[in-house]
Amino acid sequence: MNITLDHILAGISAGGQYALIAIGYTMVYGILRLINFAHGDVFMVAGLIMVYISASSLPIYVSIPIVLLGTVLLGFLIERAAYKPLRSAPRMSVMISAIGVSYLLQNLALYITGGLPKPYPAIPWISDSITIFGATTKRVTVITPVVVIGLVVVLVLLIQKTKIGMAMRAVSKDFETSQLMGIKINSVISVTFIIGSFLAAVGSLLYFSSYQSVIPTSGALPGLKAFVAAVFGGIGSIPGAVVGAFIIGICENLIKASTEMSIFSDAFTFALLIVVLLVKPTGLFGEKVIDKV
Amino acid sequence: MNKKRVCTLVDVLVIVLLFALIAFADTKLNSFDILAKILQKGAVFALIAVSMNLLNGFTGLFSLGQAGFMLLGAYTYAIFTIPTTEDRLAVYKYYTMTMADGTETGGLVQFALPVAAAILLAGLVAAVFAFFIGLPVLRLKSDYLAIATLGFAEILRAICQWKGLGVLTNGSNQLRKYPYFKSILPYFLISGVCIAIIALLIRSTYGRAFKAIRDDEVAAEAMGINLTKHKMIAFVTSSFFAGVGGALFAMYQNTIQAKPFTTTLTYEILLIVVIGGIGSISGSVIASFLYIACSEWWLRFLDADGVIPGVTRNGFRLVVFSAVIMIIVLFFRRGIMGDKELSTYRLLGGLTPKKKKEVSGK
Amino acid sequence: MSKNLLHVENVTMQFGGVVAVNNLTLDVCEGEIVSLIGPNGAVKTTAFNVVTGVYEPTNGLVSFDGKTIIESFPRGKMKKAYAGENRGMYTHRIVRTPDKITKLGIARTFQNIRLFKSMTVFENVLVAMHMRKKSNLFTATFMLNYKEERAMRAEVEHLLSEVGLLDVRDELATSLPYGMQRRLEIARALATKPTLLLLDEPAAGMNPQETDELTAFIRYIRDKFGVTIFMIEHHMNLVMDISDRIYVIDFGKLIAHGTPEEIQNNEVVIKAYLGGSDDV
Repeated sequence: MNITLDHILAGISAGGQYALIAIGYTMVYGILRLINFAHGDVFMVAGLIMVYISASSLPIYVSIPIVLLGTVLLGFLIERAAYKPLRSAPRMSVMISAIGVSYLLQNLALYITGGLPKPYPAIPWISDSITIFGATTKRVTVITPVVVIGLVVVLVLLIQKTKIGMAMRAVSKDFETSQLMGIKINSVISVTFIIGSFLAAVGSLLYFSSYQSVIPTSGALPGLKAFVAAVFGGIGSIPGAVVGAFIIGICENLIKASTEMSIFSDAFTFALLIVVLLVKPTGLFGEKVIDKV
Repeated sequence: MNKKRVCTLVDVLVIVLLFALIAFADTKLNSFDILAKILQKGAVFALIAVSMNLLNGFTGLFSLGQAGFMLLGAYTYAIFTIPTTEDRLAVYKYYTMTMADGTETGGLVQFALPVAAAILLAGLVAAVFAFFIGLPVLRLKSDYLAIATLGFAEILRAICQWKGLGVLTNGSNQLRKYPYFKSILPYFLISGVCIAIIALLIRSTYGRAFKAIRDDEVAAEAMGINLTKHKMIAFVTSSFFAGVGGALFAMYQNTIQAKPFTTTLTYEILLIVVIGGIGSISGSVIASFLYIACSEWWLRFLDADGVIPGVTRNGFRLVVFSAVIMIIVLFFRRGIMGDKELSTYRLLGGLTPKKKKEVSGK
Repeated sequence: MSKNLLHVENVTMQFGGVVAVNNLTLDVCEGEIVSLIGPNGAVKTTAFNVVTGVYEPTNGLVSFDGKTIIESFPRGKMKKAYAGENRGMYTHRIVRTPDKITKLGIARTFQNIRLFKSMTVFENVLVAMHMRKKSNLFTATFMLNYKEERAMRAEVEHLLSEVGLLDVRDELATSLPYGMQRRLEIARALATKPTLLLLDEPAAGMNPQETDELTAFIRYIRDKFGVTIFMIEHHMNLVMDISDRIYVIDFGKLIAHGTPEEIQNNEVVIKAYLGGSDDV
């Protein structure tokens, strides 16, 4: 065991990246009661878009907006094509559809990349090395938590203060009633996916800047971990997802620090998930729902 | 009634004939023949898909832990059947132990079980794990259950790769040199018997209770059905057969490693179940042969360069595949068989004018 | 008066800060038809859910056939939040899951019909036979219980003929007309051989003619199967016509109890139904 500042910094940064993905999960779950299994793959695709865009040597202030826009569009299209037609179908069908989309995205990525890891371009400034308290790291490690907290504040304001935010809260409380009240369910859902994908795209910029390469399955594991973070924090709660993500990111990196146990760094996340589900299924900040008979 | 009997007899005959055909194929086909490989793998996946269908399709428990239980079965089989000390030494190269008399041995298990016993043990180990995993997890509802079972499968995979258990699992290295069937028939026989048992279970009063739970948990409980107990029965049974399937899979592969038993494997099996029809045993069986044949053989050309210039190359097959799956999921939600079974009676019934098909989905 | 079958004593059901059922006490005697009515809310169904083990009451006791089957007292967070009466009166905790309650002889139907939608009429009733099976997993799977299975099927057939559903035995349960679905749900409950049958709004959504048929049907099954009936209902004609006794609850509290005549002339009841100025 040799816990260094390196590991803690890496943990905080990983946590921030998971948090950005986790918000997408928690918002979609809050509204559709659906685990969007494809969300992690949307995150991976965002990484690939960046890889291919930067190959065309566009300046950074053009390529980053393209990545954000492309990812948002993808998230929007997935919802329209794969989830909307199943709105009245049993829950299992929608989940299977989500798994299908995930499978499709991974295979598409495999086809396009030819299965080779694609080196992620170095984004100027944020990929630079810096030294704090004697630990050398990339600047992205330090920026991540700041970016995350900034985005979360904006998001919470959006949800609390704006009309669309109010609609989102209403839909997540009661899907049918809010429909009866004249809320345009489909646009609320689309906005949810757009926000989720946008955050995932930001997350991918930060994540891949610190991991260097993208492969078709790059999104699967961070996706699952982010989902666990969302459950841990209390599904449907945005601050919960963020707190959960930071805890998972830090714990995971501390486990990685011990070479003996490092194989369990991924398994730890799932163990945590199971413990949470059993001890407090509503998570840290979740609300209790009573089944109607 | 009598007509039904005759039809059932025809069904049985057809199945016997099918097995005879397989036995005949064994005499003609080389064990490396692509057809032989596909039939073997198809049989293995048919069993695993049916075992998953028992849970997801018939009991309504959305579990994504199948790969984990396959893994347990595969490892149990491999660990307990490596025949000789030399083989064990070769396999457990990095995990040798020194005995009291100073001789070196590979791994912890220093005996080999007969193949049949090892297959049974593979199922039992998976079932025992399923019981203990089921105790906490089966209380969870739909998607939480899915994610928790998926989590357990990932944990099992990590444990199998852990160096600490290396003397059993060989860490992240391969297990090999265990006996396996070269011909096709044994795979068909074992898989066939297991599927028949699952089919009988579903037909029985327990199967009706499972379906009742799937249709409406609250009403099922009000009918005196103990939810915990019946969910557990379905979960343990399903895992038992997934374990047996895992053992067969290990045989089919000749070598086994924890690495491929990922969530993707579970998804693949789930997709087979969906293609065949959730809640149809014959559907799962047909779909798994179709799926395996397409992915290993018929659609292989899609991966070849230049069949359609600029389009077909490595990986294109899987893209076509996943697109087809999405089409099925979105537009043909009932899959090949819906929740019906393929039988002579139904085939004949389908020919008579009384054709009242319900429209799938809304 | 005949033997007391169901005894609900001081039952309070509180969800968070909301007291849904407040200190409810009532009795149902053998052979009676007793109705529970009330102008508002899901209170009555909640009471049923307590009796059938779906919810654990926050406080109170339920006994059946002279034996306490459910008992509870405020625990955990409820210790502080409990707003009902009779705190400290109960100190034991006895909980039973719904299937155990059914096995004791209390069967129920649901307000929003809950039939097994993938099954035929026959199979729906056959499922209810499962709990009394003697076969185990092994004998059932390998069809060693064929005698029992045959007996089960014969019994279901008999039951279906008695309730007039034999003609539709192979129809999909959910394809039946509404009235028949209600009847099937009752038949399914009867297949568990209950001594007490709880009917949750059996006439909901029925037209007057169907309601009349139902009234006759309920009487018929009481006499034919010797079951005691405890029901929740809104159709006053049905309730007044059929009930031996009626309990009235308003805002979770019992406000009156008596024969149909007594209830019809009860000032408090009339006020609860018609009089509240804040109530439409």
